[in-house]
Amino acid sequence: MKMELDDEHKMLRENIRSFAESEIRPKAAESDRTRKFPHAEVRKCAELGLMGIMVPEQDGGAAMDSLSYVIIIEEISRVDASLGVILSVNNSLYSHPITKFGTPAQKKKYLEPFARGEKVGCYCLTEPDSGSDAGSLRTQAKLQGDRWILNGSKVFVTNGIAADAAIVYAKTDPAAPSSKGISAFIVEKTFPGYSVGKPETKLGITSSGSVEIVLQNCEVPKENLLGEVDKGFSIALHTLDGGRIGIAAQALGIAQGAFDEALKYSKERKQFGVPISQHQAIQFYLADMATEIDAARLLAYRAARAKDTQDRYTLEASMAKLFASEVANKVAYKAVQIFGGYGYINEYPVERYFRDARICELYEGTSEVQRLVISGQILKQQA
Amino acid sequence: MDFTLTEEQRMLREMLRDFADREMAPIIPVLERRGEYPGAIVRKLGDLGILGMTIPEAYGGTAFDTVSICLAMEEIARVCASTAVTVSVHNSACAAPIARFGTAAQKKQYLPRMARGEIIGGFALTEPGTGSDAARLTARAVRRGDRYILNGTKSWITNARIGGVYLVMAATDPSAGRRGISSFLVEPGMPGFSFGKDEDKMGLRSSVTGMINLADCEVPAENLLGEEGMGLRVAFSTLDGGRIGIAAQAIGIARAAFEEARRYAQVRHAFGGPIASFQAIKFMLADMAMEIDAARLLAWRAASRKDLVESGGYSREAAMAKLYASEMANRVCYRAVQVHGGYGYSKEYNVERFYRDARVTTIYEGTSEIQRVIIARGLLA
Repeated sequence: MKMELDDEHKMLRENIRSFAESEIRPKAAESDRTRKFPHAEVRKCAELGLMGIMVPEQDGGAAMDSLSYVIIIEEISRVDASLGVILSVNNSLYSHPITKFGTPAQKKKYLEPFARGEKVGCYCLTEPDSGSDAGSLRTQAKLQGDRWILNGSKVFVTNGIAADAAIVYAKTDPAAPSSKGISAFIVEKTFPGYSVGKPETKLGITSSGSVEIVLQNCEVPKENLLGEVDKGFSIALHTLDGGRIGIAAQALGIAQGAFDEALKYSKERKQFGVPISQHQAIQFYLADMATEIDAARLLAYRAARAKDTQDRYTLEASMAKLFASEVANKVAYKAVQIFGGYGYINEYPVERYFRDARICELYEGTSEVQRLVISGQILKQQA
Repeated sequence: MDFTLTEEQRMLREMLRDFADREMAPIIPVLERRGEYPGAIVRKLGDLGILGMTIPEAYGGTAFDTVSICLAMEEIARVCASTAVTVSVHNSACAAPIARFGTAAQKKQYLPRMARGEIIGGFALTEPGTGSDAARLTARAVRRGDRYILNGTKSWITNARIGGVYLVMAATDPSAGRRGISSFLVEPGMPGFSFGKDEDKMGLRSSVTGMINLADCEVPAENLLGEEGMGLRVAFSTLDGGRIGIAAQAIGIARAAFEEARRYAQVRHAFGGPIASFQAIKFMLADMAMEIDAARLLAWRAASRKDLVESGGYSREAAMAKLYASEMANRVCYRAVQVHGGYGYSKEYNVERFYRDARVTTIYEGTSEIQRVIIARGLLA
């Protein structure tokens, strides 16, 4: 047991941190205000291989391990959580299932350019009436000759505004019960019948390009089925295990970013004749924040190691995601408290961290869904 | 980054889990209700090497790495938190500083017998008027010829009455403040040494906690541990390791409460199904399991860091582990009682004991507030 990073991972963290500080931080507040998808920053990340972190080299990726992935998403999210989730979606939700379930031809066409960051991918599972109960989705796919015809509407699609292709889940066997008879498709934005709605106006992660995607008699070539027909839901669940590690890392980055700002500010801000960091109330906030961040990071690292060494890592991923996302909210809340009124205005970044943190408990499985997953696992474990 | 236990560590955990379930679980609830110290069990733990975990092999110990100590503490505390604290104080707060600061003669005199469990060790820093603010202790030690004369009162001493040697902190030079404190190896048989009455505690009722009175207590000069003025350094050196042990104890208590709650939730029926089928109960169980894992990772991190670096390099990690694990244990035991409903409030079920036992973990070996002070000091340095 050695619960510290080795030199290689430490160096990776240093490199990504200095990249994030110099290339990403200067634009983060502006992207948040303008709500514009950060194309330029995504390109810079792509040059470093951050759009295909765990994708094999022959498929255009950087072939790094899951621990590296957590480190990278944390460091990017520490300065810009919108960019953090953009990367996480392209890596975990789009590239990973194609890496794992795609045919060689699909990988050539739909993985390589996306892993290299020349193109952007997104993930379409959620619908207006199907969120946590993802198995109840209503989008339909019918085989007509050599193509699938998709009809339905997908919402809250991160990266949707910039995406060149999407992984879309649709019901291929309408008679099958909930979560059965679902298949996954790779759908290009140029396919007839694919249209992008207007961006959602969100509380936080404002520049991640979340949109509705409408499929109206959308024509998808037969060979764009991902995996087997009617077996899509297990792809979705498998994908989410990995995605949750990405969101845990994003939450971790938000928490660390908020904490770093609060720590710095507490040493500068003077009240009652001394820096507020000398008051025990503030010290105790900082101590609790740091402790919980460390615990969250260990859970995220554990999940990453489990992903690389175990067949299933559902429990580890869910625990990491639930814990880290709650920590991000608690820490961002306390960071605003340490800043006082200044934490409530956008002159300081903690206002943004506070808004950004909120999503972490909602997407890729709400905290409540994580608790269902975890309790399902632990009740199963008992002899 | 490697989260895996070695084969030896896994075997140790299995062995202790088996021992605790077989030898301890059937009798501990009875002893606890009577407030009896489980001497026979502690002796058997000695046979298993658990009383020599911090003692070098040359002195008859088993010299466990700190991760193994965590595993042992968790498994013992899972069945009996009282036994766990008895073992923890003996190992971390008494044997470890003797092994680290003792002369060859001191080590030879105490460690082999401690490793075998012939004598149990204790640690006497706290006084009635000084808890968290330990440096203001008032016990005095005056050199007279070949001995020191100690005067003062030490309170909240785990392993009082049952111990054979106590590490006692007293001021040899009161004018020097923190640097005027020294540490001594004091035995109950020494003239002027006496025990006060045992504390009647809320929990940990099978561990003995009492007072030590030193009235012109005569301690041979060779029983000074380290040098004069080093007493606080000796005392504080034990705390980081001790805190990892208490973190593991808290994790053991929490795991026991969680396991009982999980079992109960599946057999207790209400509204037509096991209560484990209701989200309210499921969510409590999920939070319990997650927080236990988080605490264990913090404890293992502190432990594995202690095994990697020299002393002092893991204070923050140890404080974080202790703070989080002890607060977590209280939350988890609270929920375990809630899952049991009225039965959790009855001594018929173990969770009632776990709930009381958990409470002290945020208090001793440095309160949660002291842990936060330590963590914040590191952050602001």
